[in-house]
Amino acid sequence: MIKPGRMLGEALAHLGAKPATVKYPFEPAVVQAGLRGKIKFFAEKCIGCKICEKDCPSDAITINKLGDKRFECVFDLDKCIYCAQCVDSCPKKALAVTTEFELAQLDRHKLRFVYHAPDAPPAAPAAQPAAPAAKTA
Amino acid sequence: MSKITIPIGPQHPALKEPASFKITLNGEEIYSMDMRLGYNHRGIEKACEQRTYIQSLYLIERICGICSHSHSTAFTQAVEELAGLQVPKRGLYIRTLIAELERIHSHLLWLGVAAHEVGFDTLLMYTWRDRELVMDHLAELGGNRVNYAVNTFGGVRRDLTPDEIAHILKDMDTLEERTKYYAQVATEEATLIARLSKVGVMSKTEAETLGAVGPTARACSVDRDVRRDDPYAAYPDVQFKVCVDDHCDVYGRVLVRVNELFESYSIIRQLLKNLPEGPIAVKAPRRMPAGEVFSRYEAPRGEDCHYIKGNGTDKPDRVKIRAPTLANWRAVRKMIEGNYLADAPIVIAAIDPCFSCTDRAIELVRPHGGEVLTWGALRQFGIEWHRRHGLDFADLNKKFSQRMERVK
Repeated sequence: MIKPGRMLGEALAHLGAKPATVKYPFEPAVVQAGLRGKIKFFAEKCIGCKICEKDCPSDAITINKLGDKRFECVFDLDKCIYCAQCVDSCPKKALAVTTEFELAQLDRHKLRFVYHAPDAPPAAPAAQPAAPAAKTA
Repeated sequence: MSKITIPIGPQHPALKEPASFKITLNGEEIYSMDMRLGYNHRGIEKACEQRTYIQSLYLIERICGICSHSHSTAFTQAVEELAGLQVPKRGLYIRTLIAELERIHSHLLWLGVAAHEVGFDTLLMYTWRDRELVMDHLAELGGNRVNYAVNTFGGVRRDLTPDEIAHILKDMDTLEERTKYYAQVATEEATLIARLSKVGVMSKTEAETLGAVGPTARACSVDRDVRRDDPYAAYPDVQFKVCVDDHCDVYGRVLVRVNELFESYSIIRQLLKNLPEGPIAVKAPRRMPAGEVFSRYEAPRGEDCHYIKGNGTDKPDRVKIRAPTLANWRAVRKMIEGNYLADAPIVIAAIDPCFSCTDRAIELVRPHGGEVLTWGALRQFGIEWHRRHGLDFADLNKKFSQRMERVK
C-alpha cells in the first residue's frame, strides 16, 4: 500500500535499541583477525635479498647490511600503505603482518621504525651492540 | 524570462568531491549544463609506467575507495591474459565473492547517499548500519575495510576458512531480510516515489546513444551487463538475472540497485556452496611479455575498462583506464535538462559518480581561450605560475635536499 511514513514503525522500534556505533577510543576498537597492520621483521631469518624493497609500492622498507649475515630493517611507517606485499614477496618468511594499527605520532621522526639486527657474534667485537627486540630509533 | 547561469562547485555542500557545473536556468528550470572536470587528476596512468606490475597493482587499487576491487580485478585480469596465466578455480571463486561483497556495500552506500540527497536521512542511517556487516567481512577476508588487496597476479592472496564461510552465509540471510524491507520501503513510501519519479528522465535510445553504463543504463531498459555478456572470473558458473527497469528515471535506478542486491546475495550463496578445493594462486613471472590486452569488468557503477601495453620488461609501457563514471557524464548532461535546480544533486548522485576515479587528463583546455597545452607547455606553465606566486621550484629543490642532508 503506497502511503507516507513507511519507516516510522522501524524508527520508533529503534528508539530504545543499543547503539550501532562503537565508543572508540574510549573503548577498545574491534579489530578483525585478518587486519593488515604494522609489519614485523625477524632479523635472524633475513638473507638480504632485498626483494621486499624492490616490490614495495611506496619505498617504505629498507634493508641495510650491517655485517656478515646481519641485516637491519628500516620502516617508514608514514610511507607504508600496509598492503603487506613484502610479506608475500619474502622467500624466507622474515616479515610478518600484525594487527597493530594505532601508529600515529606527533613527531614525524618517530614514524621511522628500525628493527635492529641481532647481536654480532663475539668474534666481531667492532659491531655496535643492539638488542634483538624491536626498538624505536 | 531571461536565462541566468549559476556555477555549482568545485566545492559544494551537496557533492562530496570537486567538480564544477555551470547550470543555465530558465526560471527554476535547468536549460542546459556544462561541466568541468579535472580537479582530482592524480596522474595514475603515468605513474604506473614508472612502477613494476606488482607495484602498479596497489596503485590501481587506490583509484577508487568504493570500487577498489573492481579496478584491481580489471588490471589483474589484463596482466594475467598478457602473461597467459591460468588462475585456479578456487582463486576465481574468492575473487568473485569479494566482487559481489563489494557490489553489496557499494549499492547500500549509494542507497544511503541517494536518500540523503532527497532528505530521507532515516534510510541513510539504516542502510549504512547494515553496510557495516559487509565491511567487517571485507576487513576480515582482505585485511582492510577499503583497499582489500585480495588480488595478485595468478590468483588471490588469502584463502577462506569454513568459519568465515558460515559467518558470511549467516550475514547474507540478515542482509537479505533487511534488503526486503528496503525494497518494501522503496515501493511503498509515497514521499520517496513522488520525489524520485520523473526526475532525471532519459529514454532507452538516449541511453544507448550517449553510451551510459551500469545501473544508469539498465534503469533505462538497456539490457547490458558484462558479467553475462562477456563472463569473467567465476561468473560463467553462477546463475543470475540482469536487473532491468523501464522507469527511465531516478526511481528506476533505485529499483535496479535494490534488485541487484538480491542477485548478489544469491550469487554469493552459489559461490560458497560450490567453492572448489585446491590452490588459490599460481606463481606469476616478474617480467611480462610484450603485447596489448584489454579487460572488461562490471563494477558496481558500470563497465570498467583497462588497457595495458606490455613491452617485455617488468614495467608496463602504457596503462589506460576508463572508469564507469566517465561513460555516464554525457548521460548526466542529458538527464539534468528540464529538471528543477533542486533536482540537480540527486540527478548527479543517481549515476553514483566517482569524480576521482574519472579524472584522466587527455588534454588541458584553458577556461576562456580553448587553447590546448602540450606536456612540455603544461610543465612550463606550472613552473611559471608558481614562480609568479612566490614559489620557485629550483630554489625549493635545493632547500629540500639541504634539509634531507640535515635529517640524515
